[in-house]
Amino acid sequence: MKVTIDGQEIDVEPGTTILQAARMIGGESVPPAMCYYSKLKGSGGKCRCCLVEVSKGSEADPRPMPKLMASCVTGVMDGMEVKSISSERVVDARKSVTEFLLINHPLDCPVCDQAGECDLQNLSFKHGAAKTRFIEEKRTFEPENIGDKIQLHMNRCILCYRCVMTADQLTDNRVHGVLNRGDHSQISTAISKAIDNEFSGNMIDVCPVGALTDKTFRFKQRVWFNKPYNAHRDCDKCCGKTTLWMFGNEIQRVTARKDVYHEVEEFICNECRFDHKDPADWVIEGPRKFEKDSVINQNNYTRQIEPVKIETEHNILLGRDQDRKKISMPAVPLKREEAEIYKEGNV
Amino acid sequence: MEISNAKQVINIDAALTARIDELLSHYPADKRKSALLPVLHEVQDAHDNWLSIELQDKVAEILGIKPIEVYEVVSFYTMYNQKPIGKYMFEFCRTSCCALRGAEDLMDYTCNKLGIKEGETTPDGQFTVVGVECLGACGYAPMLQLGDYYKEHLTKEKVDALIDDCRAGKVDLHKLTITE
Amino acid sequence: MATKILLEHANVPGIKTYDVYRQNGGYRSVEKALKGMTPDEVVEEVKTSGLRGRGGAGFPTGMKWSFIDKKSGKPRHLVCNADESEPGTFKDRYLMEYIPHLLIEGMITSSYALGCNLSYIYIRGEYMWVYRILEKAIKEAYAAGWLGKNILGTGWDLDLHVHCGAGAYICGEETALIESLEGKRGNPRIKPPFPAISGLWANPTVVNNVESISAVPWIINNTGAEYAKIGVGRSTGTKLFSVSGHVKNPGVYEIDMGMTVDEFMNSDQYLGGMMNDRPLKGLIPGGSSVPILPSHLIFKTAAGEDRLMTYESLADGGFATGSSLGSGGFIVYNDTACIVRNTWNFSRFYHHESCGQCSPCREGTGWMEKVLHRIENGHGREEDIDLLWDIQRKIEGNTICPLGDAAAWPVAAAIRHFRDEFEYHVRFPEKIKNRDHFVAEPFEKVKHLVAKQVV
Repeated sequence: MKVTIDGQEIDVEPGTTILQAARMIGGESVPPAMCYYSKLKGSGGKCRCCLVEVSKGSEADPRPMPKLMASCVTGVMDGMEVKSISSERVVDARKSVTEFLLINHPLDCPVCDQAGECDLQNLSFKHGAAKTRFIEEKRTFEPENIGDKIQLHMNRCILCYRCVMTADQLTDNRVHGVLNRGDHSQISTAISKAIDNEFSGNMIDVCPVGALTDKTFRFKQRVWFNKPYNAHRDCDKCCGKTTLWMFGNEIQRVTARKDVYHEVEEFICNECRFDHKDPADWVIEGPRKFEKDSVINQNNYTRQIEPVKIETEHNILLGRDQDRKKISMPAVPLKREEAEIYKEGNV
Repeated sequence: MEISNAKQVINIDAALTARIDELLSHYPADKRKSALLPVLHEVQDAHDNWLSIELQDKVAEILGIKPIEVYEVVSFYTMYNQKPIGKYMFEFCRTSCCALRGAEDLMDYTCNKLGIKEGETTPDGQFTVVGVECLGACGYAPMLQLGDYYKEHLTKEKVDALIDDCRAGKVDLHKLTITE
Repeated sequence: MATKILLEHANVPGIKTYDVYRQNGGYRSVEKALKGMTPDEVVEEVKTSGLRGRGGAGFPTGMKWSFIDKKSGKPRHLVCNADESEPGTFKDRYLMEYIPHLLIEGMITSSYALGCNLSYIYIRGEYMWVYRILEKAIKEAYAAGWLGKNILGTGWDLDLHVHCGAGAYICGEETALIESLEGKRGNPRIKPPFPAISGLWANPTVVNNVESISAVPWIINNTGAEYAKIGVGRSTGTKLFSVSGHVKNPGVYEIDMGMTVDEFMNSDQYLGGMMNDRPLKGLIPGGSSVPILPSHLIFKTAAGEDRLMTYESLADGGFATGSSLGSGGFIVYNDTACIVRNTWNFSRFYHHESCGQCSPCREGTGWMEKVLHRIENGHGREEDIDLLWDIQRKIEGNTICPLGDAAAWPVAAAIRHFRDEFEYHVRFPEKIKNRDHFVAEPFEKVKHLVAKQVV
């Protein structure tokens, strides 16, 4: 089947969604997705970030679709023409959805463990407005303890339902779900039950925001100061293939390996995730690479970094006159000739 | 989700079991979950009109589903009460058509008379007054729902009389005679 | 102009009982269909009638039936949508409460047409006494052999049950209704697949409104062609209107499609004019979701033609100067009504009823309610009116189901036609302190204040 997205044509199998086709093309035309997750059955369609304009339905029925379509759940038709980033309507809709997602989202990125690898941050960076028009008080929820491994921060949740589907599809006894309705819907166990299951930790990886984070990593590090390495171990429960987030020789966090769309390549078990923080437990394969504009590359170790050596004389700390001049404190005005000398750099 | 710590005596007696079985017979044998909403209504009616977590767990057990599936449903629908409420719950419709015909004033009147605010229960546990959204009686406004029945074309006098009837024990919430 | 199709026997004493209903010609359509017609012939007859879905969308019923997947061989279901919750609408309740057997007869004939063996009536939980009436009527129908195994000796089986909801407007959306019938939260499904392919328990399913199903017996008894003779153009047959608000005679009326709005509003046979003879300010002709019409667009369209009670005429002029027939919830406002307060009231309703699944509706409905609440209570800012316009614009068309549109349209229409009233609220907060501010001083009397104010 032939489909054209923003003027780029591609041949895909029947049953492919517009979003999948766009991902095959790659680049700017790929719609953002906050709720769709290719590894979770039934996901998608909810966040409305990935809306696109179908300007031609198909070869057989070329009429345009009147409404914007959720690209993650709309299958392609032969001859379909889609406008993603090239449509003003689409860009406007993405801005709208971003605004809606942000009105009640807390402004706590500075203390959020997800910061730096947060899909909502990325979405706001691309489609967010500089100023909020929401002057009301933000919605908040009572904190709920869901066990010693996973931190639930409901105020940050965007209700993508991914974690519920993860629990449904990966574990045999889901104990959490979406309770209440409307804008009071919340992820909860209802009775503060610990979510304890061999695969429950994957809820953390699928969460697009900081609503579910790793308690064992809580407030330990900004993610961009960690060095991520691919590593593996023999595991009888899962694939054992992970990313280790190192600080020096310390493993601060273990996650599944995530692809360029922040989806895990393979789910991992809780033992790999939480119980093996000793580098000796792992075979380290090498640095994990991230997309070019990821903040995680700030700590890029793939090129040689020249060590910076700061040489400090002992006496400088005693406050010698010549040092004061070097930093030219305004409280100690320089004499005219001193200033001349200083200007010429002959200090 | 509201969790009440109040204790509830759970009693699924023979009559209730028979009724649950009848409801289950309305659905294919492998679709027991489908009976969840009607079953919750029956169970709630038999338990002072509210559903504790323990009672919800019991319903999950009867239908063979996970407790969270029951919590999800109970917290979604407005007719299931998650904490104890008054014996007589006056549910005033306050959506547009009723509001046009004085529903808000009438609800205020009722609250003042009972000495409570909207959403509260009288200290004796007899009356609760709540404002709800459209009940489908727009042409017969103002109105309220009490138990399984509607009271329509209300006036202050009719509310007074209704409260008196409740106090005198003359109101049966579930078995008012259906007029043919 | 007073053909009675649905309410023909509504006033017959005892019509609720099987015997009286049968004596008045009840269940004849089942006999006629099962003994003399193939299922496809029944579908054709309904197609010919031009009957359009009475739940609000107005999609032709016969065509909807023809989409049901018969090839897969999976069991098929007919589900009657009796989750009537649209503010201003209470016609289905009237039908079920007074003539329950008419719906049951319609369900049997329609199930036969669709080849269903298991059908349901999904009724909202608040109509608990109507639920009991239907349960009783279904038992009578079983006892008389109209339901169960081998109906009328044709070898066709049908089980029909009534299922009650529990308080959720969203379950009137057909896929949310199906979810609810499966014992889940009423979250609408992503379409496609449509219920006609994968509905209840992933089986092909048709969901129809009570009034649509109740029209089927007459169509089968009297032919679709006869039905199509009633009404105007593509608006065929009779329609129930639920009337509420500031009129002399609120209630449920059955009228031929094509009556003028003027006649319906002002003749003594119908609404009898305005309550206390106060001036008419606005009209919502099809339930809370459709745009409100200001007084000058009610009896005449923008083109100056008579406004008729039809799908087409009520929608004439698009949303700029028209509205929609919707579910037939006819809400009338006189000059004491405050449009801002009323719009806030609707927004509160949609905020309360949003399922919370998709972001624009979950966040947007709450936001609109908060802004409208501020304006209505004297804390509005001049820029809030444009903000509201922008929020509704951003919800509309971007949600999973039509609830988002339904929440957006009333706000848009109120601003479109009554912007000066919003401005009045923003600029004269001290004058709108009491909720009945327009009762003592209708807006017409203070309107000049807004015009004078230069901002």
